[in-house]
Amino acid sequence: MSETADRVKKIVVEHLGVEAEKVTEDASFIDDLGADSLDIVELVMAFEEEFGVEIPDDAAEKITTVKDAITYIDENQG
Amino acid sequence: MFDLTGMTALVTGASGGIGSSIAKALAGQGARLAVSGSNAEKLEAFRAELGGEHVALACNLSDGAAVDALVPSAVEALGKIDILVNNAGVTRDNLAMRMKDEEWDQVIRVNLEAAFRLIRAAAKPMMKARYGRIVSITSVVGATGNPGQANYAASKAGLVGMSKALAQELASRNITVNCVAPGFIRSAMTDVLPEAQKTALLTKIPAGDLGSGEDIGAAVVYLASKEAGYVTGQTLHVNGGMAMI
Repeated sequence: MSETADRVKKIVVEHLGVEAEKVTEDASFIDDLGADSLDIVELVMAFEEEFGVEIPDDAAEKITTVKDAITYIDENQG
Repeated sequence: MFDLTGMTALVTGASGGIGSSIAKALAGQGARLAVSGSNAEKLEAFRAELGGEHVALACNLSDGAAVDALVPSAVEALGKIDILVNNAGVTRDNLAMRMKDEEWDQVIRVNLEAAFRLIRAAAKPMMKARYGRIVSITSVVGATGNPGQANYAASKAGLVGMSKALAQELASRNITVNCVAPGFIRSAMTDVLPEAQKTALLTKIPAGDLGSGEDIGAAVVYLASKEAGYVTGQTLHVNGGMAMI
């Protein structure tokens, strides 16, 4: 597992208060992890802060699963 | 009831008439404050008068970048932000046909846009903390209108609509967003009214008197308290009965 994936999962676990084993790469934030729209905003802001990337609204809309977040961050970081 | 010990608050326009009463009321209930105002000297004098561990953060609310930096500065100084009071406001009265673009812009920028920017910035730490109390000071004029104040009335009505939208966005995070709408309050703004106008004004106020800063401070304390947690998206009118909305 990549370093990005580890850090993303840690943030998701902290923010959504879900168990770590539930946060698989295919897990959907809303359908599987019980996030609401505000949670998504908070997660996006947390990712931006943690990784120093900017995630514009149109990109944020496409991030629906844990894997989407990891891929976006890996592709756009630094 | 309404104890604010351990709470922190940012109050804008705190060295003004109503603002200083709000700040004193919050501090009186035990909150630690960051008081903000545009005149650094006046602000520092007020902070000294408040005593205690309060901090003064001068800020020009017509400068967007300065506004965006205010909440982070307050969080740095106080360690957290539980309460935000958007009190600062300006008037640039003129009949609409004579109103200049700058008079419109200035009032909207300070009264409405700065409030939005501050709420946007404060919502972030409040969401993380799962607690927040946001109170914006609007005006009876935002509900009733007033000739010569198209800009001011628009900015104050704007605060009400904005607060209702934000109340819905933030309610699930235990953050309430409310307004207090003063009627005519004894202040530097009403002191300059001609005597005849004051007399005419009083005939429209069932309570028969102008309000005081303390009347507004008490309303803000209530909405800023833990006890008001189930009250959100509301406007509390404090006007001696002059408008019942």
